Amino acid sequence: MTEALLLNISLAILLLPLLGFVTLIFFGRKIPGSHWLETGIMLLCLLLSVYTGFGKLAYYVGQNLIMEGRWIQFWNVPVLGQIQMDLGIKLDNLTVIMLFVVTLISFLVHLFSVAYMKGDARYTRYFAYLGVFTFSMLGIVLTHNILMMYIFWELVGLSSYLLIGFWFEKKSASDASKKAFLVNRVGDTGMFIGIMILFTHYHTFTFDAIFAQIASGNLPFHSGAWLTAAGLLIFMGAVGKSAQFPLHVWLPDAMEGPTPVSALIHAATMVAAGVYLVARIFVMLTADAMLTIAIVGMVTSFIAATIALTQNDIKKVLAYSTVSQLGYMIMAMGVGAYNYAFFHLVTHAFFKACLFLGSGSVIHSMHHEQDIRNMGGLRKKMPITYYSFLISTLAISGIPFTSGFLSKDGILAGTLAFGSLTGHWLIPAVAFLVALMTAFYMFRLVILTFHGEPRDRHKYDHAHESPFVMAMPLALLATLSLFFWYGANPINPGTGWFLNKWVQTPHTVVPQAQRFDFMKTETTETEVEGNNKAVAGHKVAEAEYITHSEHYMHAMHQAHYPAMILSLFVGGIGIFFSFMMYHWKKIDPDKIAGSIKPLYNLSLNKWYIDEIYDATFIRGTMLLSKFLATFDNKVVDGIVNGTATVTRFISRASGIFDNVVVDGFVNFTAYLSGLIGIFFRKFQTGKVQTYIVMVVFSALILLFIFRPFF
Amino acid sequence: MAYFPILSFITMLPILGMIIVLCLPGKQEKLIKGFSAVITGIQVILAGIILHSYNYSLPGVFHQNSFQFIEKFRWIEIAGLSSSIGTIKIDYFLGIDGLSAPMVLLTALISFIATLSSFTITKSVKGYFALFLLLDAGMMGVFVSLDFFLFYIFWELMLLPMYFLIGIWGGPRKEYAAIKFFIYTLFGSVFMLLVMIGLYFSCTELMANGTRVFTFNMISLMDPNNYTATGILSPLNPGNLRFIAYIALFIGFAIKIPMFPFHTWLPDAHVEAPTAISVILAGVLLKMGTYGIIRISFPIFPEITRQLAWYIGLFGMINIIYGALCALAQKDFKKMIAYSSVSHMGYVMLGMASLTSVGMSGAIFQMFNHGTITAMLFLAVGVIYDRAHTRGLDDFGGLALQMPVYTGFVIVAFFAAIGLPSMSGFISEAFVFLGGFSNNSLRIITIISTLGILLGAGYMLWAMQRVYLGRLNEKWNTLPDMSMTEYAMFIPLTIIIFVLGIYPSFMLDIMNTSVNSLVEFMTKIPSNISAIGKF
Amino acid sequence: MVQVGLNQFLIVSTILFSLGIFGIVTRRNAVMVLMGIELVLNSANINFVAFAKFGNFGLSGQIVALFVIILAAAEAAIALAIVLNIYKTFATVNVDEIDKLKE
Repeated sequence: MTEALLLNISLAILLLPLLGFVTLIFFGRKIPGSHWLETGIMLLCLLLSVYTGFGKLAYYVGQNLIMEGRWIQFWNVPVLGQIQMDLGIKLDNLTVIMLFVVTLISFLVHLFSVAYMKGDARYTRYFAYLGVFTFSMLGIVLTHNILMMYIFWELVGLSSYLLIGFWFEKKSASDASKKAFLVNRVGDTGMFIGIMILFTHYHTFTFDAIFAQIASGNLPFHSGAWLTAAGLLIFMGAVGKSAQFPLHVWLPDAMEGPTPVSALIHAATMVAAGVYLVARIFVMLTADAMLTIAIVGMVTSFIAATIALTQNDIKKVLAYSTVSQLGYMIMAMGVGAYNYAFFHLVTHAFFKACLFLGSGSVIHSMHHEQDIRNMGGLRKKMPITYYSFLISTLAISGIPFTSGFLSKDGILAGTLAFGSLTGHWLIPAVAFLVALMTAFYMFRLVILTFHGEPRDRHKYDHAHESPFVMAMPLALLATLSLFFWYGANPINPGTGWFLNKWVQTPHTVVPQAQRFDFMKTETTETEVEGNNKAVAGHKVAEAEYITHSEHYMHAMHQAHYPAMILSLFVGGIGIFFSFMMYHWKKIDPDKIAGSIKPLYNLSLNKWYIDEIYDATFIRGTMLLSKFLATFDNKVVDGIVNGTATVTRFISRASGIFDNVVVDGFVNFTAYLSGLIGIFFRKFQTGKVQTYIVMVVFSALILLFIFRPFF
Repeated sequence: MAYFPILSFITMLPILGMIIVLCLPGKQEKLIKGFSAVITGIQVILAGIILHSYNYSLPGVFHQNSFQFIEKFRWIEIAGLSSSIGTIKIDYFLGIDGLSAPMVLLTALISFIATLSSFTITKSVKGYFALFLLLDAGMMGVFVSLDFFLFYIFWELMLLPMYFLIGIWGGPRKEYAAIKFFIYTLFGSVFMLLVMIGLYFSCTELMANGTRVFTFNMISLMDPNNYTATGILSPLNPGNLRFIAYIALFIGFAIKIPMFPFHTWLPDAHVEAPTAISVILAGVLLKMGTYGIIRISFPIFPEITRQLAWYIGLFGMINIIYGALCALAQKDFKKMIAYSSVSHMGYVMLGMASLTSVGMSGAIFQMFNHGTITAMLFLAVGVIYDRAHTRGLDDFGGLALQMPVYTGFVIVAFFAAIGLPSMSGFISEAFVFLGGFSNNSLRIITIISTLGILLGAGYMLWAMQRVYLGRLNEKWNTLPDMSMTEYAMFIPLTIIIFVLGIYPSFMLDIMNTSVNSLVEFMTKIPSNISAIGKF
Repeated sequence: MVQVGLNQFLIVSTILFSLGIFGIVTRRNAVMVLMGIELVLNSANINFVAFAKFGNFGLSGQIVALFVIILAAAEAAIALAIVLNIYKTFATVNVDEIDKLKE
């Protein structure tokens, strides 16, 4: 199991889905059962990534494997010499874990879709799109440089556009796809500016090369502010893709796409790419950037959680819960709990995919009914769906023995430690509040959907458990939401192999002055050593992980138990109130809603954010564009046409002048000559005698005139 | 191959074709169409041969000997008119380097595709194709000539057939559009002519017999040592008018780009012109403006270019944002794409203004990519206009259901125009931005310009939604999908867009050496330019 | 007693000239006009002879006078022939009616 083999296999994993896409686009209709071809490719990818993951984590756990090749090269550039842009694959532990997560969920979603999408007019097209999505997502995961990251970043945007708008006959779907693409573009534009900052200064896109430069004290434009700006601008890409406030508005609308797509793209993988991006650039984030990121994550998780409380569409609740959980991960990255954020990404991918596929199963059996007010009692009809949904709900609510408990607890501990070290207590406070709300709305969803009496008897009677290809992914994902995959200890994640061996916070390269106090290294010796290694080349193994200062480790350790107890407590409260209101019906939710009407409306209407954007940015742009188009037509073109008119006027005037004055003068001369002619004609009598008289008189006159000469 | 005058051949072939077309009987429409396609097809093959035997390591730009496929003959020589004028000498001087090779390729390709797209012409076919071939020769000549006078002749030669092609085969307001195009361009040409004559009387070239005579040779015009001490545009003359001349020349080229505020001829010309002519217009003609700036304005006036680079970048930014916002408000499909051209040519200007290798490569690459992508967009409009005889964005809806293959190509074209990675437009736009950003003074302008990629996605996707998505408008449920001719037009463009998007080095390597030497030339002010930018 | 000098000759010739001109201008009859012309010629002859006698020209004045007389005879012959032809053509010798030149 050599490095080259692993790298080549991962290249194959990347390219196989693309092959599937090309085949399906061109020959999809000619191949019978082409969806099985694509699904088979995904199974192959899954097996290969298991192999790669095993090989990497077993043999090269502390080492990064890199394969790169020249893509674009500028020779002999004046001053700079040579500029090179590479394509490359970097395999580190994060990558192989993500590879596994993406290929697994993608395979399960393919399988689920075989039944879910059956009978659709563009069945093969759907699988082709899934293929191109998987390709782009794997590209994000595998790439070793930020330009390729951006390229695949946009490509997942495209596949997301195509899949959200898959049922483009519906205006809402095509609107949603357009909105998703544009909102993502806002973030991507910021990300591109960030990339420009880095490229302009370092003339490379490769992560490791850039980080090595920063570690050696070479900051962008020699200023820490630019480093912060670069980090935050690149983070803007994550804000767009991971649906963070203020760009979160596209994700709930994206639920217009087919439900398996929501599970794959808009819950488990693509939206998590933002978190992955932050993880990739984590080492170059300054304290200011991290604090901003933490606040963005906090605000997002809070807003989304409050909105999720009142939504009635099963997919909308899950969508907002996704936004909220993504906010959690981003917040965790911001407070420096890198490993827990990534851990949560993985666990969330599984249980949220399970929840979405579960909701797909429900929607499928209810004949495309999505309103939870018309459901209820489905527990008995759909046991597999119910139990897997329940396990995932327990996981997202942070109940012990689930994976979600481990990761969420870590994040909460991280925020608590952060609060105690920096004094930003608001962040942990909001984090716990969100945990409470999460438990509440998720159980509200479960109770309204599966418990109680069916509220729409007709639809209930037709409901049925989904076929095997749909139920199997659910069951598998539910199993993955349990604790034992990640560590033997059900309450302390820190001791499990996932965090202990595989995912560790990397050593930051930011200069000491730009770090949080708790991330400053006490001894400079390790740093010098790290620099030398980094400079030596980016194939150097990052064997020595220096996570945080002792100070921080201590705070983290102290925060662990309080966080666990508190999170259990708030989770319990949330679930309790949920049961009180919707199961036992001791408390009337309508009454509460009535008593806080403005807040309720705010939540129900998603904080009016869409309306605000509509009234400001969209309307503003449209007004500006209308104005400019009119300006162009009337003023700019008006000047041109005006010039033409003026020229024509002048030419007409000069024409008149020419006709009347110039030509008039000519004609007048002729007329005058005529007159003179008529006058002199009088003398031309034709009589010789007259002529003689004139000769004589003329001679006399001449004589008179010239008399002085005589 | 070395002695075969391939550039003359590729330029004059369409003129030969035109003569033969004129001799063919006008009734034989199929013959004429087929013959024209063969002529332009041979041009593509010749361009391929040029590319094949092109030497990537020769820079060209301002080294006379490192141009390739050079043909240089004395064309006009009138000796001893008077002592002040001396010998009038004009060379027939052709040659290409990394700046013009992509444009030659583009011209050949777009001409061929436009010929295919012209097969739907029914009105006086003979006249159409004769003019079309003349136009083709004019465009090709502009990109291969290295003598300013010759350049100017080809520049004007292209104007006349274009006028008739819009004015006779155009839409309802064709006369207005044709005359607007003609007068606008002629207006610019006058400036160019003045500057050309001014340069002629300021610059001398060493002859074989040791005497110095005035010259139109562009390469000689780039060397400050060739200037006379008293020439009106000589950098050695303290009272020179180079600054004014630069602006005049720039306006001449800017009209062709078209640069705000000289752009309003473009939407009218596009809307009225037949599809093939729109393709030529957007695909090749607009590039002549930016090519002229890179080939003539920049190296002949390096010191003033550096002085005014910021303003060029600013106008590039205005083009990008303004064009995009105007495109957003359009209701006519063709007009929207016309404004998107304004926006996309802004990137070229921004890239040029950066005066960096990356930005300049991006600019030239963008010229090529805009040629292919916008050609494809206009062809896409042509396809539905031929079938439905309307271009209103709101008149359609759901065409993806009726014409799925066509919509597939349209998606490629639209996303290429948006600058989606893996398609060629992304590389060039990214390079333009990277280049612009590395120039300190253009940094803010570049950041504002990135709004263009956002707005670009906005108008493109909105148009996409209105025309292709949604429920099928019942009026159009009989429209047929693509025909074979249309496949022949779309497939090559699609392949080029993807190939250059995935492996851009095909094109970038051609221009790399030339761009580097141009940038080096521009950034080093020659020491003996004594008076810089006297106003 | 008045000395007959150049002036007297000139006065006579002037009177003759004036009479001749008067005849040319006023007479309607072509023949009378011709006679007027003869008078004018003769006044010139007198001048020639007078200047020859009083001037320092030798005999050239007299010779020219003789020459003029011969010419006048020839002229009269041709002119009378023309007048006859005019009479044949127009049936009149009234010069007022013969204004073909005007047209």
